[in-house]
Amino acid sequence: MSSGAVLELEGITKRFGALVANDDVSLSLRKGEVLALLGENGAGKTTLMNILFGHYAADAGEVRVEGRPLPPGKPRAAIAAGVGMVHQHFTLAGNLTVLENIIIGSEPLWKVGTDREGALRKVMALSQTFGLPVNPQARVGDLSVGERQRVEILKALYRDARILILDEPTAVLARPEAEQLFTILRGMAQGGLSIIFISHKLHEVMGASDRVVVLRGGKVVAERATAQTTQAELAELMVGRAVARPRRAAHEVGAPVVVARGLSVSRGGGMALDGVDFEVRAGEILGIVGVSGNGQAMLGRVLSGLARPDAGTITFDGRDISRITPREAVRLGIGRVPEDRHAEGVVGDLAVWENAVLERLREFARFGFVRRRAAEAHAAGLIARFDIRGAGPATRTRLLSGGNMQKLILGRNLAAGPRFLLANQPTRGLDEGAIAAVHQELLMARSEGAAILLISEDLEEAVGLSDRLQAISKGRLSAPIAAEEVDARRLGLMMAGVWETRDAV
Amino acid sequence: MMEALDILTTASLWAAVLRIATPLIFGVLGALICERAGVLNLGIEGIMTIGAMVGWLTVYWGGDLWAGLAMAVLAGMAMGWLHAMLTVPLGLSQHVSGLGITLLASALAYYLYRLWVQVGDLPPTIVPFQPLAIPVLSDIPFAGDVLFTQTPPTYVALILVGLVACMLARTPMGLALRMTGENPHAVEAQGLNPVRIRIWAVMAGSGIMALGGAFLTTAAFNSFFPGMVQGRGWICIALVVFASWRPGKALLGALLFALFDAFQLRLQTVVEGVPYQLFLMAPYVLSIVALILVARRARVPEALMQPYRRGER
Amino acid sequence: MRFERREEVSVPALILAPLGAVLAALVLCAGLIAMAGVSPWLAYGEMLRGAFGSRLAVTETFTRASPLILTGLAAAVAFRARLWNIGGEGQFYMGALAAAALGHSVLVGWPLPLAWAALAAAGMAAGAVLLLVPAVLRLRFGVDEVVTTLLLNFIVLLFVGLMVEGVLKDPMAFGWPQSVPVAAGLRLPDLVPRSRLHEGIVLAVVVVLLVWLVQARTVFGAETRAAGLNPRAAAFAGVPITATLVKVALLSGGLAGLAGAIEVLGPVGYVTTTMSPGFGYAGIVVAMLAALHPMGVVAASVFVATVFVGADAMSRATGVPSFIADVIMAVALLAMLVALLFTTWRVRR
Repeated sequence: MSSGAVLELEGITKRFGALVANDDVSLSLRKGEVLALLGENGAGKTTLMNILFGHYAADAGEVRVEGRPLPPGKPRAAIAAGVGMVHQHFTLAGNLTVLENIIIGSEPLWKVGTDREGALRKVMALSQTFGLPVNPQARVGDLSVGERQRVEILKALYRDARILILDEPTAVLARPEAEQLFTILRGMAQGGLSIIFISHKLHEVMGASDRVVVLRGGKVVAERATAQTTQAELAELMVGRAVARPRRAAHEVGAPVVVARGLSVSRGGGMALDGVDFEVRAGEILGIVGVSGNGQAMLGRVLSGLARPDAGTITFDGRDISRITPREAVRLGIGRVPEDRHAEGVVGDLAVWENAVLERLREFARFGFVRRRAAEAHAAGLIARFDIRGAGPATRTRLLSGGNMQKLILGRNLAAGPRFLLANQPTRGLDEGAIAAVHQELLMARSEGAAILLISEDLEEAVGLSDRLQAISKGRLSAPIAAEEVDARRLGLMMAGVWETRDAV
Repeated sequence: MMEALDILTTASLWAAVLRIATPLIFGVLGALICERAGVLNLGIEGIMTIGAMVGWLTVYWGGDLWAGLAMAVLAGMAMGWLHAMLTVPLGLSQHVSGLGITLLASALAYYLYRLWVQVGDLPPTIVPFQPLAIPVLSDIPFAGDVLFTQTPPTYVALILVGLVACMLARTPMGLALRMTGENPHAVEAQGLNPVRIRIWAVMAGSGIMALGGAFLTTAAFNSFFPGMVQGRGWICIALVVFASWRPGKALLGALLFALFDAFQLRLQTVVEGVPYQLFLMAPYVLSIVALILVARRARVPEALMQPYRRGER
Repeated sequence: MRFERREEVSVPALILAPLGAVLAALVLCAGLIAMAGVSPWLAYGEMLRGAFGSRLAVTETFTRASPLILTGLAAAVAFRARLWNIGGEGQFYMGALAAAALGHSVLVGWPLPLAWAALAAAGMAAGAVLLLVPAVLRLRFGVDEVVTTLLLNFIVLLFVGLMVEGVLKDPMAFGWPQSVPVAAGLRLPDLVPRSRLHEGIVLAVVVVLLVWLVQARTVFGAETRAAGLNPRAAAFAGVPITATLVKVALLSGGLAGLAGAIEVLGPVGYVTTTMSPGFGYAGIVVAMLAALHPMGVVAASVFVATVFVGADAMSRATGVPSFIADVIMAVALLAMLVALLFTTWRVRR
């Protein structure tokens, strides 16, 4: 590879059990370059970067920094060689201060005291140089997501990183914040740092990188200079095959099914939801878009019956449902797809049939005894109807792939023909094939007259499926706009909390 | 009533408070170090028991009193090592492993005691630590009698509170330990080894807990007998929560607790007609009440009881 | 070294795990026995003889196993729902006190099956209420139940002392601190004549079967399992977590209380502060060795009883301190933890 490379990965292979996460991956990074590592969820991007940083040891292959090989599996060696990593899930301690989070690991453990003043000076200087304002004495738990990311970057810079790796750095940022971040990264690259960022967002890759490496199924499938490629070409390279997401067909919507008025939930001094209004009509999908952490989780919890609003009402066919329990929700015919499949959707160590009927155990029981045969038959029905692969009713649920697990959850909700369906991040972390299947099911339910509330951070998904869209920012909801009127710029501003007070639809 | 209040003004009461608090201070500091690193150590009750036995036995066999304390620390660290191995690299349930360690350490202590010591009608005795009056300071009226005429291990306990507090707040080691209890992934991402830090923290904490047991047999009493720790370990676990995982508050908690205990002991002799069991129950009831009071406000180390496996979230 | 989850836990592995743990405990403790200058073979032989060598020995072993079955079941039921009930000892004593208090006079003259049912119910209620306190403290205030149940054990033991030296003191006991006896007519009949083995063990086994049926087949059992394995997902699916845990607490405390009641109605007849040689704590070992399975509890109880009864006899014959029984149990518990790990995870380099 080129002689100017500060970093080279050669022939990296990593297996997890039967899965080959990285298959003979080689790439190089030049000094002062911004390299984008593009790929879908599950393409092996994060694994590759974790190997580079020493969180994992590769099964084969070598990492070289400035020509010298890095010992595998040692983050310490990577840091010493000048590699810094900003993890997608920040590795910060919320109860400790910014300064403490930054300086940990920088001094020998057996030293008697800590040079706090020196550390403080260095942090302030870095923050000045790179335009990363922070308050070093603040508790990290009190910071916003954007501020936390700055702390993560400062952590790497404090250890004198010359190569910076950022894993999905914009996953938690609104558009303006993301643009600001890329400006900063650009400045760093001009200052001589070399940067790799991981992304699956094409516009970011096009806008912010010098060069793109596309990863698919654990392999490098292409390498392009950003100036010499197009968004369309990258999209095709990333997905590989043309999986068409199903499209929404126009049709008549019915009367409002679920109406929320002035919904507010306070939490920890702030407002998780602040005067939220929306209505979802029969046969329509209402999309709630926003950057993670702006109240989506609480909205999902309230509608699922797990949290109660402090003020406001939600009605379902005219009936107040703001204080229902999950069990009552199921009985009323409200379907709920939770945000986190593994944590809330299924009990992984129970069998598929048990998860299939967990919400309605009493319907599958006589005198308090579970009618196992009927429950298994029901599960087998779901498996057939929703094309859940690699499972029988008796399979342990955690052995299912993410997509099939999601089909099971969707299936157990849709089988009952719900009047209202809450779909909270229904395709997060799924591959294209599974996404298409989930979208198909949602659209089918819509055409059968269900009212669907779709909460999503995936703009493409939200715009593609929703009849109307509302943006959520800091617990407040924008007025709805019709999907046809949406453009990227306006949506970006809305997600950042900038919207006109009233927009008629 | 007046008599009861008079008790509070006697120097002997306050001197007793420090004496009663000493094993609790060791125990609570040890538990605190383990928990700050993210490991609950329910082995404490057994570790204190084996510390009591080993400390006593070392002296009984002709060792120096300080050697007794040192051996107790080693015994505690050995038990801590076992708990750490089971809960940190293997990631087993900290609850069950801790209880297992308590069963094992106490059973071993009793077994070896019976094996090596001939017990007649009364358990054999040693010459324990004597109160050490610190020159000049012990002449201060009242405070001198309370603070500066204690046995040496009490001074060690008090100094240790300061050392642990400084270590946690002001050294890279303390920061790494706290971070491990908050987010071990963050520690690893900065090039340190959270597994190793947890193992050492549990061993160090267990060694200190064992000192609490050894104090009982080498300073408070002069013999070893089964059941002598009497739930002090469990009380320490409650005190750590009460102290919000802070060494200074832990000292305060232990003292408050000991004050209550010393007061009720003296009250028993003054107040008549109340069964003695009710007085003896008081410390345990108090522990539960303390837990309830702080439970809502407690800022628990975020990764407490979360096993850490590399490359997994 | 890394761990990887096994796809399925095989049944043979689940049966081999406790056997391996027990074997490991016996091997490790052989060293301690050798330190006493006694051949481990001889010592273990004496232990077996002490536990099964005569009609009396066998009945004693099963007499010892019978409360262990119930305290073990109490722990297993609670642990399965991730409710760490370490207070079996206290609940045992509360059940015993309730049975003695009512069985001495209140229920005398009632028709027998009814009186027994009432006594069992009283024992269960006493144990259940005692566990209800820590359960509610955890659910309402987030107070760790391990510490509270442990502390309650000490409180209860003092309370028992208070009772047997106070209102429940037996005036005929020559000043010994023991409670009034259960009326002779209310004592459980012997299962084997001229022994201490009584019908309580039959009752214990019946309870095991009932609990197994409930756990494996009922809605309550399924909801408990879901709540224990993944409380968030269970709550999302509509399992009332608080109510389920309260029910589990009542069941678990009730079982330990029943153990105490049966011990009073069966072999002992009255309450003292030393009537339990740690049945509550040993119940935890039993539950773990049984991998929390009700049927396993029976086998594990017999093993633990064998060790304790056998160790007493072995100690008399060889001079090895009988505390070796406690060491064996503790090592078996820790070894079982490790063995269980390897049934669900495999090591990968």
